[in-house]
Amino acid sequence: MSALVEIRSLSKVYQRGRQRIEVLHHIDLDVAPGEFVALMGPSGSGKTTLLNLIGGLDSPTEGTLAVAGERIDQLGQGALARWRATHVGFVFQFYNLLPMLSAQRNVELPLLLTKLSGSQRRRNAGVALQLVGLADRATHKPGELSGGQQQRVAIARAIVSDPTLLVCDEPTGDLDRQSAEEVLTLLQRLNREHGKTIVMVTHDPKAAEHAGRILQLDKGALVESEQVMA
Amino acid sequence: MKFLHLIWAALVRHKTRTAFTLLSVVAAFLLFGLLESVNSVFTQVGHSINAAHRLITVSKSGLMTSLPLSLENQIRTVPGVQMVTSETFFGGTYRKPNNFINVMAVPRNFWDLHTSLKLSPAARRAFAATQTGAIIGAALARRFHWKVGDQIPIKAMIYPRKSGSYTWMFDIVGIYQASRPLMEQQLFFRWRYLEEARLFGGGTVGWYVEQIAQPRQAGRIAGAIDALSANSGHQTRTQTSSAFAADFYSQYVDFGLIVSAVMGAVFFTLLLLTGNTMAQAVRERTPELAVLKTLGFSNRTVLSLVLGESVLLVVLGGALGLLLAAATVHALQVRIGGQLPMMPVGVAIWLRGLIAMVAIGLVVGALPARRGMRLSIVNALAGR
Repeated sequence: MSALVEIRSLSKVYQRGRQRIEVLHHIDLDVAPGEFVALMGPSGSGKTTLLNLIGGLDSPTEGTLAVAGERIDQLGQGALARWRATHVGFVFQFYNLLPMLSAQRNVELPLLLTKLSGSQRRRNAGVALQLVGLADRATHKPGELSGGQQQRVAIARAIVSDPTLLVCDEPTGDLDRQSAEEVLTLLQRLNREHGKTIVMVTHDPKAAEHAGRILQLDKGALVESEQVMA
Repeated sequence: MKFLHLIWAALVRHKTRTAFTLLSVVAAFLLFGLLESVNSVFTQVGHSINAAHRLITVSKSGLMTSLPLSLENQIRTVPGVQMVTSETFFGGTYRKPNNFINVMAVPRNFWDLHTSLKLSPAARRAFAATQTGAIIGAALARRFHWKVGDQIPIKAMIYPRKSGSYTWMFDIVGIYQASRPLMEQQLFFRWRYLEEARLFGGGTVGWYVEQIAQPRQAGRIAGAIDALSANSGHQTRTQTSSAFAADFYSQYVDFGLIVSAVMGAVFFTLLLLTGNTMAQAVRERTPELAVLKTLGFSNRTVLSLVLGESVLLVVLGGALGLLLAAATVHALQVRIGGQLPMMPVGVAIWLRGLIAMVAIGLVVGALPARRGMRLSIVNALAGR
């Protein structure tokens, strides 16, 4: 089976004044469709940078990056924004929900970029909230929800437009153990039952155990790949 | 429209801050509405009196310098002049010095030329037959509760009687109606009464009003009229009535300039105030804008959202301000009556106001919107 994410000799260099910082060095990586990959490594190893590149938030300095056969490293800003809207769902460490919108409205956000009618948007958002077990919290604002619930709303937002790929940056980093477990179980269920391909950055080995494969990054290079026995 | 709830949510995020900003916009446009309402009176007055067919001849020395009565027959001979009448400013107060009334002495044919002032034939006959007869505007009648048959004493501003008294008695013989209450504030009495009873100034009138057949010949006719007194001690200046009205009011105050200056200062302050609020609001929401861009919102959509927010803020406040201005003008007109020099806040003022609101909203939102549009997702999410 061909890879969903196909990375070849990928490098990322940041220029800070006169200083040239090479964050990623010639990464090669394939992520198969329906795979759940955890990216681990010490701070500054380049995990989030790699995740941003896979999610189309940033562009590589060198190398090629294809998702579902599309070379996203060649897309301009506008095309990349359109690509993100249809192909990627994002889950962040601090949820990044819009505080003045209800859970329902937050989940509807990606659908505003589609041609769906208002009622269709509400229906789809309702289904996504149901999937994460928060249908009864639809009218609540983020401030009225616990951290775990907010993260589940963020996951509902990430899956509402049925993207090809979910990218999660430390999704349990701000949660207590029980909430973290609930969120990880939810991600695992989305991967196993709904076939979502997930790439997750985490520091937490216990969180990484929920993935099917763990990749170790160090100083911008992939150093180890380990299959997890479910 | 599907983004409206997003724009609205951003606007009401900091309710107190938005409320104060909104209040400043309301105050600015309330002032705009009130000043424009007064300014409309000055800009429209000259155009409201059948301007195209009318010329006005005044002394070159100024409006308060009289012209000789003998000039009337000479003007009548100028080709193109159909009718000549005159007006002499008398002024006056009723009972109290602050009860000022615009009193004019006019000949009998005055009403033939000023057909926009509606007067019954019976009143016109009574005016012609009564030496002390006076015709008053309907708004003036309401102001002092005057009616036909009343005899009223008016204290003259300029002309004493031959007895030395400044009090002139008038018999109200008719009430005229005009298109606007402001034009119903005058009292007209017969020039003949003035001529026979005044202590000085005999044989003169204030200015002449000519009706002409062809407006496009106004320049030639005006030149011919002025040529009549070119080498005399009473040189004249003849203008169209709209030019005359503009000159007349500008000798008191250039209201248009005052409105422009005041509104310029107010809008400039508003730009700084609202601009600062918007900049602060967008700065605080940088991570949220980054999230929207992460979800696939394009640069242009983010730009439109921020601009929409600032335009909505100013349009909401501006519309409220103009509504308040309209209500205030209406309330004042009901309470004080027609002597108030204000026009209702009409379509033209609303249109100008709306243009100003959108323009201010766009200017105010431009910089924050550009900042939102150009922000780097990666840096913004990392809090850099």
